[in-house]
Amino acid sequence: MVRTRGYTYQTLCVLLLLLPAAFALSLAIGRVALPFSELLHGLAAPKPNLAWLILAELRIPRTVLALVVGATLGLGGAALQGLLRNPLAEPGLLGVSGGAALGAVIAIYFGLATAFVLAIPLLGIAGALAAGALTFLFGRSGTLTLILAGAAVSGLAGAGLSLALNFAPSPYAAYEITTWLLGSVAERDWAQIALCMPFILAGWLCLAFTPRGLDLLTLGEAQAESLGVNLSLLRAQVLAGVALSVGAATAMAGAIGFVGLVAPHLVRPFVGHQPSRILLPSALFGALLLLVTDIAIRVLPTSNELKLGVLTSLIGTPFFFWLVLHLRRLSP
Amino acid sequence: MSGLQAKRLVFRVAGRTLVERVGFVCERGQFVALLGANGAGKSTLIRMLAGLARPAEGQVLLDGRPLQAIDRRELARRRAYIPQNARVEWPIAVERLVALGLMPHLPVFHDLNAAMWRKVEAALAQCDLAHKRGQPADTLSGGELARAMLARALVGDPDILIADEPLAGLDPRHAIEGMARLAALAHAGRLVVASVHDLTLAARYATHVAILREGRLTAFGPTAETLTPANIRMAFDVRASIHGTGADACVDFRALA
Repeated sequence: MVRTRGYTYQTLCVLLLLLPAAFALSLAIGRVALPFSELLHGLAAPKPNLAWLILAELRIPRTVLALVVGATLGLGGAALQGLLRNPLAEPGLLGVSGGAALGAVIAIYFGLATAFVLAIPLLGIAGALAAGALTFLFGRSGTLTLILAGAAVSGLAGAGLSLALNFAPSPYAAYEITTWLLGSVAERDWAQIALCMPFILAGWLCLAFTPRGLDLLTLGEAQAESLGVNLSLLRAQVLAGVALSVGAATAMAGAIGFVGLVAPHLVRPFVGHQPSRILLPSALFGALLLLVTDIAIRVLPTSNELKLGVLTSLIGTPFFFWLVLHLRRLSP
Repeated sequence: MSGLQAKRLVFRVAGRTLVERVGFVCERGQFVALLGANGAGKSTLIRMLAGLARPAEGQVLLDGRPLQAIDRRELARRRAYIPQNARVEWPIAVERLVALGLMPHLPVFHDLNAAMWRKVEAALAQCDLAHKRGQPADTLSGGELARAMLARALVGDPDILIADEPLAGLDPRHAIEGMARLAALAHAGRLVVASVHDLTLAARYATHVAILREGRLTAFGPTAETLTPANIRMAFDVRASIHGTGADACVDFRALA
């Protein structure tokens, strides 16, 4: 019996093969040129040694973070596009990225980050949760109000960021703030990752309960409701999932654009348009996309290190133009 | 009491009363056509009957139990609802669209099994869509999409089908086919409640009619006794004459002099 399954399993297999390859490549490439054999030797040699330190303290956290942040953005984007039934939705739409950025910038602005290393992710998460709560408070009655409330919260967070830059105590502080906002997964340590992981995992768990509701929304809200979907619960689940996971990811890595918008689109031609079938491939693809971009940053010979968020936008925008032009043709 | 019972339903929004103390009883095997002018409250009444809108007063009973007391998923299995001009939001295949109707039967985190896919196939065949099953649903014509939505509603084998203007936008042949299909479902023992604007088709196919005017039920009963020129005039402010009976009935109407 022929089913229109799309190529879900093949796509997942390809992604699951590419991810370890990218992971290995990411461990092998960095500012300090170390041959792969030396890295392997470092694992076996008595610790601590240089190769092992570079791996354990720099490259592995960086790689893990790129994967986690990329997966979160891909998953959040796919879930939001499904909930809002709008291919232009992206994880920042609900204001949580803005809230996370504002929280982190407040930590930098008041110099908390220098006094206490975990201040940036902590305040970032607090900002994301506050923004998510605000969006929920004003926007829970319907899909349109949710988008509008998200836009309002994003605007508020943007105003806060501008205010921080406006009143920056020194040019150096302003520079630090803008640099952080550009987004990066470099120089994050295990303590920061450990702080954010519970929030990210909780967010993923929230989103794991949404696929059926998102599928039924394909029929519109009235039919979805008639088929047993609790719309307000579904909206709350997606908002909470995105606020927790994308908020914590943004608190770690700064604002990284386009991954959440583009990843779901890039997997649709392979797995079809049913929202539930896009979530996992989009998460895996987002992880791959961000990790490959982060590897590219390390390989590109630039004087200052190019920031991750800058490169994703640089690559993402033309690709998105191309996608807009070809969307009709690509859609099965 | 097996069937759907509306008890003194009242619905208000922003101080306006859209439905005013509407009550009737309908049973399995009946095809109830809900008639009324635009804005008479048909859609609101339909949404309350389907359990999607909560009445300000009164209640809807399904087999004697208030709808609000029935679990969402159980209600979803027992009654199907098709809104007016139902659309698809993503270009998914027709068979996947129809399969969504089985979701209330499926435990969480389970995928459709072979028996369920057979039900999808049967529903597609029942609605003459077997040849379209792999086609993206957004490329269907209006008549095909209406049939796909009907197949989606029927695939879960509900006792009760509630449809809001299922004939909207259909050409004469598809409208006749659509009505015949609904009548056949009622004949097979289901309860069908549908709002309809085509009085001739209502006269031919519906077993019962309910007539609304400005939120009030002005007439309810078997079609032959209830769809009368006087009742049509009361509902629509037109002069009507009815020729023939049963499958040959024809309702003609013109403006009041």
